[in-house]
Amino acid sequence: MAAGTVGTVRTEKPRSALALPVIILAFLAAMFVWMGFTQFLNALTLGAVYALVALGYTMVYGIIELINFAHGDVFMVATFVTMFVSGTVLNQKEGIYGIPQLLLALVAVFAITITVMAIIGAVIERFAYRPLRRAPKLAPLITAIGVSFILQNIIQYLVGPYTYNVPQLFPVDWAVMIGETRVPFLNIFVIAVAVSLMALLQLFISRTRTGKAMRTTSMDRDASSLMGVNIDRTIMITFLIGSGLAGAAGVIHGLYYGNTNFQVGFQSGLKAFTAAVLGGIGNTAGAALGGFIIAFVEVGAVVLGFSRWGGAVVFSLLVIFLVFRPTGLLGSHTGDRA
Amino acid sequence: MSRLTLPAPLAALRSRMRGYFGAHRSQGVIFAIIVIGIALPLLSRVPPFGQLQSINAWTNAFTIAAIYAILAIGLNVVIGFAGLLDLGYAAFFALGGYTYAIVASPFFGIHIPFWPMLIFGAIIGAIFGILLGAPTLRLRGDYLAIVTLGFGEIVPIALLNADKFTAGTIGIGGIDKPQIPGVVNFTLINPWPFYVLILLMLMLVVVAVFRLEDSKVGRAWEAIREDELAAESSGINTVVSKLQAFAVGAAIAGFAGVFNAAKLTIVSPGQFGFVVSVSTLSAVVLGGMGNVVGVGAGAFVIYLIQSIFLKQLNILISQLGIPILGDIDFLQFQYVLYGVVLVIMMLKRPQGIYPARRRMRTFADSKETAK
Repeated sequence: MAAGTVGTVRTEKPRSALALPVIILAFLAAMFVWMGFTQFLNALTLGAVYALVALGYTMVYGIIELINFAHGDVFMVATFVTMFVSGTVLNQKEGIYGIPQLLLALVAVFAITITVMAIIGAVIERFAYRPLRRAPKLAPLITAIGVSFILQNIIQYLVGPYTYNVPQLFPVDWAVMIGETRVPFLNIFVIAVAVSLMALLQLFISRTRTGKAMRTTSMDRDASSLMGVNIDRTIMITFLIGSGLAGAAGVIHGLYYGNTNFQVGFQSGLKAFTAAVLGGIGNTAGAALGGFIIAFVEVGAVVLGFSRWGGAVVFSLLVIFLVFRPTGLLGSHTGDRA
Repeated sequence: MSRLTLPAPLAALRSRMRGYFGAHRSQGVIFAIIVIGIALPLLSRVPPFGQLQSINAWTNAFTIAAIYAILAIGLNVVIGFAGLLDLGYAAFFALGGYTYAIVASPFFGIHIPFWPMLIFGAIIGAIFGILLGAPTLRLRGDYLAIVTLGFGEIVPIALLNADKFTAGTIGIGGIDKPQIPGVVNFTLINPWPFYVLILLMLMLVVVAVFRLEDSKVGRAWEAIREDELAAESSGINTVVSKLQAFAVGAAIAGFAGVFNAAKLTIVSPGQFGFVVSVSTLSAVVLGGMGNVVGVGAGAFVIYLIQSIFLKQLNILISQLGIPILGDIDFLQFQYVLYGVVLVIMMLKRPQGIYPARRRMRTFADSKETAK
């Protein structure tokens, strides 16, 4: 785990390498037994979306210590880009049953949305955050809220305050039967895409030169600058990747839920941020883990019959973690100053 | 302004007033609010403004703008004085309003008079401020921002779902208006008693906040804002000080919330969304964080632009019949306005349009280190 974190300095005593996977497996098994298969799959899929959004929060926080309030809205814009690309550009209204056409369409939607969102994220960084890099802490934070508000209202202005259908390109009725239960391929596809993107990100951060630059920048910006790291470029790449992942999360949201409106970013953003804190902010593996935990908590609340209070439960979890364990589950490099 | 040459007697009067109010700031505040309170309705009769809407509509608009001014001044205590970013400020406003609504409406059949509730609403606000602040104020500023943001989200959700006590989406209606038997009659048609009352409340808040700013507590807030570590080393209990700022800010919001509920005679969860917190924040940022007079003026500007200027722009353009612009609903831009204000102000003039003397140093220092 430690290999793929953005600038993690582990403060707690080293644990056995096996402890964490064992805990995760035990947790999953317990949830599986408790919730039943359908809700379990739901939670995993929701977790994939949260995890992808949480990665953007945690990467940006890890590198410039800014809570990028606009990130949830970048995700929201991505759901609309998805709607536009698959509905208008590809002119599809429902599932595509021919496998080659489906693959082509999916690749196109993912590629276009991720590219568009990465560019939007980098533009936001360049014009809204970069000028404030040495300003007092509150200034970029307030700017981020402003950007979030602008994004929300541009979308609201363009499309109106309605909930829209997003074409579900991946056929919803494809499924396999495992024993008595029906397992839709869509869920498997969504989880597979999310997990492979996360794995790619871990490889990128741990193996490439740029990834190394990102890690050093988050540890000590001035020192990395002296070592020849181009700080502006590194931060911009962080925003590119983070927003691109939010783009992927937007596509997944569209494919899986089949609808969106201009407010989806706010709630999901708050939950994804909680996920990032839960896993230890600045820690990419932690953010992924946190995303899945939040999803299980939320689906668990639904199973127990508290669906309307799901948001309140997640928020209470955030407060509890910030107060008692600000370093999160896996430790974070900024937690000591929290 | 001082370069304006006035006739000798006026100049003498001006310098005497300046000297007097410099030494007695509270009296200056009261005097200024009385002057502004008389001038605004007069000004709204002057031709370009007088034609836009009726005098009563103007007075109502000024009353609501004054509520926002109180909110902005309260938020300024938290953000401007103590440097804590509170994004859930509307929640305290909501709590004040609901407190009054529950005990002074047909909903439960209880009718407690307005005047004690004004104080009680402030106390409720302060209690919730402390309850939220006590566990979270140890956190760094940006974590605090997200926790308060969450709190601001949770309170409307709770008000919506706890429908046994709050009537859910519909909200509590028919809230009692203030009563002074035999003196004035507060009614929905006559905006003047509410206008005078909110000006009195504004006076009270401004004077109290000015006094706090200069007190030991206010200096402690300033020290924390500028350098928390240094403040702590100088013997300031930072957690207690921050909690005081949070409680004072929340109390002011609760105070304003009671009036708001009595004025509108209805409270519902939809009135207290994130938008309220953000518009208050934009007023604070526009007026200059830390500057009491500035943020009050900022609130007036923001409110009057969104509620009057944009509406009139719509009417004007549809009257002129400009083809392309006619389709645009400018009222929709009010929310973009907040975002634009926040971003542009932070990028171009972080100290606010009319910065406080004390705060100028903060931003000047940061510019120097940037070079």
